[in-house]
Amino acid sequence: MTYELEDKLRKNLFEYLIRLGDDKLILGHRLSEWCGHAPILEEDIALANIALDCIGQASALLSLAASVEGKGRSEDDLAYFRNEYQFKNLLLVEHPNIDFAYTITRQFFYEVYALYFYQELMKSRFEPLAGIAAKFINEIRYHLRHAREWMLRLGNGTEESHTKVQTAVDDLWQFTGELFFENELDDILCANKIIFNTTEIKSKWEEIVNLTLKEATLEIPKNEFMQSGGRLGKHSEHLGHLLAEMQIVARSYPGAKW
Amino acid sequence: MVILIMLQTKEEILNLLTEIHDPEIPVLNIVEMGIVSNILFDENEKKLIVEITPTYSGCPAMKVIEDEIRGLLFSNGYENVEVRKVYTPVWTTDLFTEETKQKLKEYGIAPPEGAAEKNFMIDFSTNPIECPFCRSRNTSLTSYFGSTSCKSLHLCTECRQPFEHFKCI
Repeated sequence: MTYELEDKLRKNLFEYLIRLGDDKLILGHRLSEWCGHAPILEEDIALANIALDCIGQASALLSLAASVEGKGRSEDDLAYFRNEYQFKNLLLVEHPNIDFAYTITRQFFYEVYALYFYQELMKSRFEPLAGIAAKFINEIRYHLRHAREWMLRLGNGTEESHTKVQTAVDDLWQFTGELFFENELDDILCANKIIFNTTEIKSKWEEIVNLTLKEATLEIPKNEFMQSGGRLGKHSEHLGHLLAEMQIVARSYPGAKW
Repeated sequence: MVILIMLQTKEEILNLLTEIHDPEIPVLNIVEMGIVSNILFDENEKKLIVEITPTYSGCPAMKVIEDEIRGLLFSNGYENVEVRKVYTPVWTTDLFTEETKQKLKEYGIAPPEGAAEKNFMIDFSTNPIECPFCRSRNTSLTSYFGSTSCKSLHLCTECRQPFEHFKCI
């Protein structure tokens, strides 16, 4: 599949699709680390299923990115043969699992954003992206339902579960500002109606997050300092370790098929 | 081979594809599952294009289905076949006919009930699914996540039978 695009737009769109695909790929890999370790069997299956959806979504976005780029690279080339600084995912999604409360909180913060973000993207003038967004929405909706129900269960549960989820909320809060990161890349794509401004998405995110934290009897963090860098390829030390594990087979046996 | 493609209609190809069953739900074929989106003929390249759409983005059965389509069509004389993965129109359980739902029920999987739920705030545990074994609605949700992405786990309080439900999406 090839797309007729003006050179500059092609380059920008490729960069942008990389951001979105990397979010899904890295988050999916993090979730897959729970496989065989989750607190109960049903949750093990749930996290593995969500991981699978995320990796499937990453595959759709990265293969679209590869087609847009038009240099003969595949989704696997993009996933396995790029280095840390070439990954443009959010710092939030590369954050280690730590414990179940951190994993659920990370998922919740991300999926609220994803729901409203991809809902907007369904209107994208770049049709393949609008189609993918419509597909994702159905899945994001039940991922969010799962994460939100656990936020309530943990927040309203025992003293221990409450403390653990509050700690996760307080600690991960500094990574939520980056969800709404924008630079000139966004401006160009916005002007072309391929993506949309995140201002409205941000207020909807705040509304659902505040509502849920309140319902879960959790404190909304007050700190305003926000980490960023992921979108520019500046990552925490955690990403390198994740990539080493994710890429080792493909890099040790290039071209291997199984 | 080219002549064969010209002679056979889309319906005939679709009919042929009903021989392929979903590897995870063997009671249903890929056409009634709604996995086959479209059949196209590329006149210039003399190529048959089969468009397939995943039930869920991460459905691991897609690769197997793709290989089976290619194998089946090859053995029926189609050498130039492309199986293309598409995302539009979006797959949904709303595509299931009553007959498809009945097949699922007889197989022991509760079919999707009603239309897909759009609200992520809805609590599913308050909406009991009919047990495909004893038809009781005295059932409870064990987990929204089952043996595959497309199914949830339930327990029948009446006949004590755990069962799966094909989720509405």
